[in-house]
Amino acid sequence: MFRNQYDTDVTTWSPAGRLHQVEYAMEAVKQGSAAIGLRSKTHVVLATVNKASSELSAHQKKLFKIDNHIGIAMAGLTADGRVLSRYMRSECINHHFVFESPLPVGRLVVQVADKAQVCTQRSWKRPYGVGLLVAGLDETGPHLYQNCPSGNYSEYQAFAIGSRSQAAKTYLERKFETFMECTKEELIRHALFAVKESLQEEELSSGNCGVAVVGIDEPFVVLDPKTLQSYIESLETGKEEQQTMEETGTDDRQSLQVQHEGTGSRGISVGAGDDSPTDMET
Amino acid sequence: MSMVFAPCLTETTAPTTHAQPAWSPYDNNGGTCVAIAGEDYCVIAADTRMSTGFSILIRNYSKIHQITEKSVLASSGFQADIRALQKNLDARHQIYQHQHNKQMSCPAMAQLLSNTLYYKRFFPYYAFNVLGGLDNEGRGCVYSYDAVGSYERSGYSSQGTGMQLIMPVLDNQLKSASPLVLPLQKSTTPLSEFEAVDLVKDTFASAAERDIYTGDAVEIVIINREGVRRELMDLKRD
Repeated sequence: MFRNQYDTDVTTWSPAGRLHQVEYAMEAVKQGSAAIGLRSKTHVVLATVNKASSELSAHQKKLFKIDNHIGIAMAGLTADGRVLSRYMRSECINHHFVFESPLPVGRLVVQVADKAQVCTQRSWKRPYGVGLLVAGLDETGPHLYQNCPSGNYSEYQAFAIGSRSQAAKTYLERKFETFMECTKEELIRHALFAVKESLQEEELSSGNCGVAVVGIDEPFVVLDPKTLQSYIESLETGKEEQQTMEETGTDDRQSLQVQHEGTGSRGISVGAGDDSPTDMET
Repeated sequence: MSMVFAPCLTETTAPTTHAQPAWSPYDNNGGTCVAIAGEDYCVIAADTRMSTGFSILIRNYSKIHQITEKSVLASSGFQADIRALQKNLDARHQIYQHQHNKQMSCPAMAQLLSNTLYYKRFFPYYAFNVLGGLDNEGRGCVYSYDAVGSYERSGYSSQGTGMQLIMPVLDNQLKSASPLVLPLQKSTTPLSEFEAVDLVKDTFASAAERDIYTGDAVEIVIINREGVRRELMDLKRD
């Protein structure tokens, strides 16, 4: 993005009809470490890539509980995110005080979006530099929304924001049609796979990622490191089971051959009956 | 002539009485609350009758509200104010949990309740509260309040219309030695949990005999290490 003469003020339009300051704010979101969200018929899962600024420091908190039925993951200027989460918590508490019922997710998302829009139309303010993935449950079921610094919001089946989110999005696009019927554990595994895509080189561990879940009759909770680690480990065993299943599966020979080509460098004897796993090199 | 200018010192002016208001923002819905603290438990009880004037409105209304995992608030007085106070404390507790990632301790809640009551010093909550629970060491604690937030931790307490009938009985059964007597005795009672619950049932049954605002049933909440338990005992319905 090149600097030009219409980007000093958020209240100045460019001749092309753009507000550059708002777009720069969205850039800040793209620079932050990734946040991923996905939902099923019964649960919504949020996952984040946790970056520590140095080896000596603790990881930044990117998952926040807003209320028992709503939580957020953020990407970008986490300080702005903290302020927004304080606002969201306050709104939920006030709504509950007056109406004695949980604030519907969609309404909260609109309120946040309106708050963000104000910052795009005041010369003495700047847009929020944080993108939020809002996961929540209400009477109409589980929902996942994204809030932008621009004041836009949209609902998603699954989404990812932040740096290297495209890799996660590609994974999600491949798999999202199966999400609705997933169990909680399967959904969390999908989320972790998506995080893995964003991490690329790094090993997935409970130290560099975070996961949170909300579900029907299950309040929003950020998974503790131990539970998270056991899910990560189940990814490995799950993957092994998946691959051995592909080789010795009850599918016909044709599909077996096609699958083998896909999995690449594995010594497989094709053709002679059902090969037991011990014959394979794993 | 001097009489016109000099104030007369011998004459006493009749005290002006405040005109009787046509409408009061308060009403007393009656009822009694009791709490007893033990070594590792706390018993909080309140009757379930809600009245107005000489009439009964509800026979099974709960005056007890659990605010945190370890604190339970029992209040008698004006139930509308009490409900508002409970909601206020709930909201404040939610904020605390968001900020500190843990629940409020009973002593912390006790202070918060006192501050909340004093905040409305000039239009008070018509609520006579007894807060019971477990402190940070797991020992039972009881805090009792007046309408504007003056509070004190003690081993046992009662508030409400039956307070005058019940307190002397509790004093007789539970009163520990004066704080002037050394060695200092803890502000908790040596009763077992079962004995404390039994004592509470006896006191309510007695209060229900003579206090017209106490009766129908007594709701007893017991907090201990394992968690929170409820009991309900019927009282005279007259």
